[in-house]
Parts: sequence; structure tokens; C-alpha cells
Amino acid sequence: MAELNMKERQAGDVTVLDMDGKITIGDGSVALRSAIKRLLEEGKKKVLLNLAGVGYIDSSGIGELVSSYTSINNAGGQLKLLRLTQKLQDLLTITKLLTVFDVYDSEADALTSYK
Amino acid sequence: MPSVTAETTRLLLPSRIESVEQAAAAAAEIAERSGLGPDAAYGVDMALREAVGNAVVHGNKKDESKEVTVVFTSSPGVLEIEISDQGQGFDPESVPDPTAGENVMKTSGRGIFFMRTFMDEVSWTRTPAGGTKVRLVKHS
Repeated sequence: MAELNMKERQAGDVTVLDMDGKITIGDGSVALRSAIKRLLEEGKKKVLLNLAGVGYIDSSGIGELVSSYTSINNAGGQLKLLRLTQKLQDLLTITKLLTVFDVYDSEADALTSYK
Repeated sequence: MPSVTAETTRLLLPSRIESVEQAAAAAAEIAERSGLGPDAAYGVDMALREAVGNAVVHGNKKDESKEVTVVFTSSPGVLEIEISDQGQGFDPESVPDPTAGENVMKTSGRGIFFMRTFMDEVSWTRTPAGGTKVRLVKHS
């Protein structure tokens, strides 16, 4: 079974990735990297990662979030995060990344923020 | 709460990414038998995955002719884990602080920081063969 499952949906011009599983060294990180690369190739530059279903992330996964953020930013887009678990929020806090990412608890608020 | 007398478990793992999951699964069982609470067990899981991942990727450079050895020594309320690789060794002090402003946006370099954050004791030594041995200790 894949470590990380993703469902993609479109909300206006924002692509929402509903993620479920682990973003860890190996399959999980690769899956996220591949998804972001594909979205950019398709010209989808407004991306919202719904992380509510991501119960576990390691340093490799944190690095992949940073890489995704940078790739999308460099392409002129925006990557935002939705519904962090407490553990992920804690990890982003101690790594001083919580202030880098635009983080939302409400999908409606997140979608509005892209306008 | 379950408790045991001292118990040692030794894993010999191939140098591939899947070994991280294998080590973590063993750690979860041993942590429970050691009586570690959920927060402590989570910390062990985080740190062990980083240590085994480093041993596979940076130590043994995914060379499957080399192994990663993980030795768990548990006694009631304490879990000690030693992770050894067959690489060339390294100096943990050479890894820059990932929370320093210039490093925050780097895509790697947080593994050692996580080990130090989540464990009560972390230390590195060289193995007799020149590889790296990481010792992680967690109290309940």
C-alpha cells in the first residue's frame, strides 16, 4: 500500500490535494514531489495541500514541503497548507517554518486568500 | 502498565529505505513493552527513523552490501537504541543549525535536529571499522 494517497480536486483556479498517509523518506516524499512537478507542468500554480490526513511526517517530508513551496513560488504560484495536525504544527514551529507557510484551518478561508 | 526486565533486541538491516519502516515497527513494540507513554514513543519513532535513514543514505550510501545494525536495550522506563552503519563516519557538529535564518528554507539537514529534540540523550561515536554509531536514549 502506498504510504501517501492523494486526491486532487479543483476549486476555481486552486488545486486542492487531499493527502492521506505519511510524508516520509522514500515513497511519501517522492509522491509529493511528483505531484507538485506534474501540477506545475500542467500550469496549476495555486496549490492547497490539505494535510488533515497526514498523521506522520519526518525530516525528509518537511524538506519536501519546503521544496514544494520553493518550486511553486519560483514558478510564480502559491502553495498554502490546510488543516495541520497538532504534530505537524509542532514540527513546523520548532523548525521555524510555521511563519514561512501560509496555514489555514478553514478551506473557505484558504481559498479566499488566493484572490 | 506493562513492564519487563532488561531486554536486548538486535536488528541487522539492509541498506535500503524500507529498513526505516522495519526498524520503526520494532521500536514501537519495544517501546510499548518498556512502558513508554505515547509521547515518548512518538519521540523514539521520530528520532529512530532519522537515525536509520541517515545510516542508510548518508552512512552506507544505499550500498546493499553494507548493513545497518540497530540494537535496542530496554528496561522499565528506559529505552536505549544504538544505530551503527558501515560508512566513513562523520562529524555531527559539522551539520549546520537548521533553524538558523540562512538554513530554514533548506530542503535537508533536519534529521540530527529532530534526534536531539525528541530524545533525552543523543551521542555519536565511531565504530571500530570507521562507521558511525548513534546512541539514542529515551526515558518514560
